[in-house]
Amino acid sequence: MSASGHSEWSLISNAHAAPAQRTSPIGIHCMLSVSDLSCVRGDQTLFSGVNFDLNAGQWLHLEGGNGSGKTSLLRIVSGFTPPAQGQVRWRGQPLAQTAEAFHAELLYLGHALALKEELSALENLQADAAIAGRSFERSQAVSALQRLGLRGRTRLPVRVLSQGQKRRVALARLFLQNAPLWVLDEPFVALDAQAQDLVAQAISEHVSQGGMALLTSHQPLLLRGLGASLRLGA
Amino acid sequence: MNSFFAVVQRDLRLAMRRKSEVLTALFFFVVVASLFPLGIGPEPGVLRKIAPGILWVGALLASLLSLGRLFSADFQDGTLEQMALSSTPLPVLVGAKILAHWLLSGLPLALLAPLLAVQFDLDGDAMEVLVLTLLVGTPLLSLIGAVGAALTLGVRGGEVLLSLLVLPLYIPALVFGAGAVEAQVSGIGYAAHVSILMAMLVMAAFFGPWMCAAALRVSLE
Repeated sequence: MSASGHSEWSLISNAHAAPAQRTSPIGIHCMLSVSDLSCVRGDQTLFSGVNFDLNAGQWLHLEGGNGSGKTSLLRIVSGFTPPAQGQVRWRGQPLAQTAEAFHAELLYLGHALALKEELSALENLQADAAIAGRSFERSQAVSALQRLGLRGRTRLPVRVLSQGQKRRVALARLFLQNAPLWVLDEPFVALDAQAQDLVAQAISEHVSQGGMALLTSHQPLLLRGLGASLRLGA
Repeated sequence: MNSFFAVVQRDLRLAMRRKSEVLTALFFFVVVASLFPLGIGPEPGVLRKIAPGILWVGALLASLLSLGRLFSADFQDGTLEQMALSSTPLPVLVGAKILAHWLLSGLPLALLAPLLAVQFDLDGDAMEVLVLTLLVGTPLLSLIGAVGAALTLGVRGGEVLLSLLVLPLYIPALVFGAGAVEAQVSGIGYAAHVSILMAMLVMAAFFGPWMCAAALRVSLE
């Protein structure tokens, strides 16, 4: 709100309540609650005083210029980096105490696609699911890849795919799990218009079914459902 | 447990798709071990005496060669992030990666050692003990090395730092591994040496993956 990089935002307009008492209108804890978060890189403060709540059926779009701390915020929320100040709560519990349960309910797609060049799209998805401790039928993976326009390329090593196609393989994970919280770092990068529509549609669908999505993007979003934008930095 | 075996399987499959990485370390071992008899000359007595030490140092350096890549590929392509977010504890997944590393770098060395030992004129008894100590010792090398690899992950010039960090920690394994063969040759018996080696392996298997996981989480911050 101020020019010094402070941002405050809430979908349910009680961002100023004490974090411990912060509840949604129907009385249960907010699913994801971020209070007074700040991030320091070296001697530079990327952002401070960031507040937001995210509840079932809502999405939040993080905006901001390059280097404004969008990715850092996503990494703090995902539990990779401890915040310089402030707290992230999942179902009312501080993240540090509920890390394992939280990670079971989180799908994180970062800048790095976590794909192995030597493995095929299908093998990549299978390895990824095994690492995450999830499982799916082979036919589900094939149909997810087909849905993303990779018909006939499911057995090729990912090395030979184009940048956008690799991105599509990574995004096929969206269709292969049922984690309630999606944290997506620039999901639309390198995608053509058709694929962008598909991904936006998948996110809208997820949110309309009671999921949550926290994402960054430089493109104007075409998401349906309840959601808002939060601008980081001045 | 499913995730554990899936990670082992994935790493083995990846190694099969880029065989050169595995084979380089193996050929390095063969070449290093073969240079010594050529350089020292055909003195059976001398060769027999230095054989355990040479083969152990060779195995140690060969295992070090492949350590740099243990976590770096997964770190760069983001797989490590997904591992850290898994519902399976990170030490379990890291343990799977270490097991795969041993299957690809340690086990082949131990199986190849008797062939190379022929150049040093080691007798059958000593050869058996050599293979046994390498079978117990190479997983220990993988475990200790993995901690070093995790600590130096993402550090510029990490490869050199890794060898400076890890080689001194390999010394106990080297002393007792090579010592067991010498003890067998001199008639004392190898049991004590191998027991100590096994005790170190048990300790490393217990603590190693946890230390690795803690170091990896720091690298991911």
